[in-house]
Amino acid sequence: MNFMLIAVLVLGAIGLIAALVLYVCSKKFAVYEDPRIAQVTEQLPGANCGGCGFAGCGGLADALVKGADAGSLDGLMCPVGGQEVMGKVADLLGMAVANGEPMVAVVRCNGTCEHRPKIAEYSGLRTCAAMNACGAGETACGFGCLGCGDCAAACQFDAIHINPETGLPEVDDEKCVACGACVKACPRNIIELRKKGPKGRRVFVSCVNKDKGPVAMKACKAACIGCGKCVKECKFDAITVEGNVSYIDFNKCRLCKKCVAVCPTNAIHAVNFPAPKPKPEAAAAPVPDSSAVGEKVEPTKEKEEQV
Amino acid sequence: MNIRTFRIGGIHPEENKLSNDAVTQVAALPKQAIFPLSQHIGAPAKPVVAKGDKVKVGTLIAEAGGFVSAPIFSSVSGTVFKIDTAIDATGYRKPVIIINVEGDEWEESIDRSDKLETVKAHPELTPEEIVNRIKAAGVVGMGGACFPTFIKLCPPPTAKAECVIINAVECEPYITADFRLMMEHADEILVGLELLMKGAKVTKGYIGIETNKMPAIELLTRKCAEAFSASEYSVEVVPLKQRYPQGGEKQLVDAVIRRQVPAPPAIPVNVGAIVQNVGTAYAVYEAVMKNKPLFERYTTVTGKRLQKPSNFLVRMGTPMKDLIDACGGMPEGDNKLLAGGPMMGKALTSVEVPICKGTNSVTIISGEEAVRKEPNPCIRCAKCVSACPMGLEPYLLAKLAAVKNWERAEQEDVVSCIECGSCQFTCPAHRPLLDNIRQAKTTVMGIIRARAAAAQKK
Repeated sequence: MNFMLIAVLVLGAIGLIAALVLYVCSKKFAVYEDPRIAQVTEQLPGANCGGCGFAGCGGLADALVKGADAGSLDGLMCPVGGQEVMGKVADLLGMAVANGEPMVAVVRCNGTCEHRPKIAEYSGLRTCAAMNACGAGETACGFGCLGCGDCAAACQFDAIHINPETGLPEVDDEKCVACGACVKACPRNIIELRKKGPKGRRVFVSCVNKDKGPVAMKACKAACIGCGKCVKECKFDAITVEGNVSYIDFNKCRLCKKCVAVCPTNAIHAVNFPAPKPKPEAAAAPVPDSSAVGEKVEPTKEKEEQV
Repeated sequence: MNIRTFRIGGIHPEENKLSNDAVTQVAALPKQAIFPLSQHIGAPAKPVVAKGDKVKVGTLIAEAGGFVSAPIFSSVSGTVFKIDTAIDATGYRKPVIIINVEGDEWEESIDRSDKLETVKAHPELTPEEIVNRIKAAGVVGMGGACFPTFIKLCPPPTAKAECVIINAVECEPYITADFRLMMEHADEILVGLELLMKGAKVTKGYIGIETNKMPAIELLTRKCAEAFSASEYSVEVVPLKQRYPQGGEKQLVDAVIRRQVPAPPAIPVNVGAIVQNVGTAYAVYEAVMKNKPLFERYTTVTGKRLQKPSNFLVRMGTPMKDLIDACGGMPEGDNKLLAGGPMMGKALTSVEVPICKGTNSVTIISGEEAVRKEPNPCIRCAKCVSACPMGLEPYLLAKLAAVKNWERAEQEDVVSCIECGSCQFTCPAHRPLLDNIRQAKTTVMGIIRARAAAAQKK
């Protein structure tokens, strides 16, 4: 009985002393943290994806509070939460937030197995980074998708997958939060963050091959050959050709789709546009199969994931 | 005979020196020669010719594009067809100069006689003059790495050269070009070595040769005794035990003079050694004594299924296809085409790739041998650790690369990796160790460079 009492007293005394020490320390060495940081962190999605450019949501919250103190939230954006979350954060901090448009990852390669024949077999480590270091890869195109799925492995939101039929990655518009992880993972800089566009409608050049026209064509039937027809067609000055490859500036593009029709290799894709009004004969024609995307016929709804 | 080798790791792959006895043939001139502008480590060369220009054999067609760079000379006479892009040994399309071959007219300044010139007969050759001539002739390391030779002869002020080591190891399986070169041009190689020693202002030279090349060891030992008996230079032929990767600079320095080169950025000259390939010594002889720039080289074309594995004296810019055809053509079925040997060679997807300054062989691995086996899980047997000649832990580095832990990979000295492939060769589970490690090495080197650049800005 005595032993028990001593034990209880000793432990109790130790506990009391420790509590006192801890209390004193917590008061004396307390680090002041702006309570707003915690509040902002609470508003953020908490995925810690790094899409904002900071190590995690806490980092962005810290930067947002500092930004608010400095008077501007410019350049700070949570791509996952998007406008909605940023609006809430801005309210919390008493700031106005600039209207950032929603973005989406776009794969700019149309080198499907059909368009771009294999000329060699690669039996090394199956990552794009390793294959890229070894040479042009299994096809003759030294710029196109290698198809090992480094982008899919980098995606934390299950939004990008390799389609085994085409060998190309496909982005799920609904799931993509434009964090840019796939953009960084791609050793060939094929993936780009582009404006999502109204109702997801967007027009882009689905090729990054900088080889001269004949060379590019030999490697891939759907390559951009830098002919410049789209540049002439564009009334809004949105298209430029640099290094034998055409590029559409998504800030200038008005989605008129005129360039899509003139492209001789069907390298320009327009996605999520409504199907053309059914003409009598067109309605009867079968829908082109999914491996031949982005042709003169706009892709129908079920094919939008192709791109 | 005292037979040495390096102290850490190493493997002994099947030698397969199929073309050992094939006397070097002079390869036929190509119809069109392709000259990549990046045939060396460093900045690409800048073209100095334009479409339609007439060139002769030995005409300068591209000048050095920076300090670490080398000029490129035409190996054929004819007309510049165009400056375009073509697939080179990296597997990518790179800028090239393409020349249509017409006849075989040489620049008059080149001495085409067979007469052996000696260093003694040319007192006008000061060390500076030798280095300048090597630089002007575009000589680079002929073993495959293609580092400009003149830079090696001018070590940084913090290091002092004590000896020149000639790398005649040829430890890579299949390749026999260096062996044939030694058998056919021993005298010229020794003069080249003397020039290198004079250029580097040292008097001690070594020639490291593996014991599977006994005729070369005997021949060079005899010739050395004749050539250097009454001179201020002393040269020793060092027989080495067959062990891969003995031809790696650091391994060779360890084997020959028993000194270990510290981790990068240290280079062999930090321990007093300048290592030059035997092919480079020959190129130096021709450049300095015959005024002949670097435009042809010894190359082995080999493979088990190839009809006639051969050694060629080939003009650079010749497509590999021409040489393969001269050996009986590409074997039927699936083949793996390598620029270099089976251990360190680079797989190519086109036979139109031209022979460059660093192409010491074209190896064709056929059929099933070319396909890698399915990898199994690592059981931590540490065979790779025993095999690594740099004392690294390949299984760990590969794992760190796979999980992208670059900081830890840097701590584990991934940049010391010489990419010899001993780990992958020895792995009983056929794991793609080197593929992973190479990723980590490239990334970590990028990080280190970025850090240095940021520090410089401050």
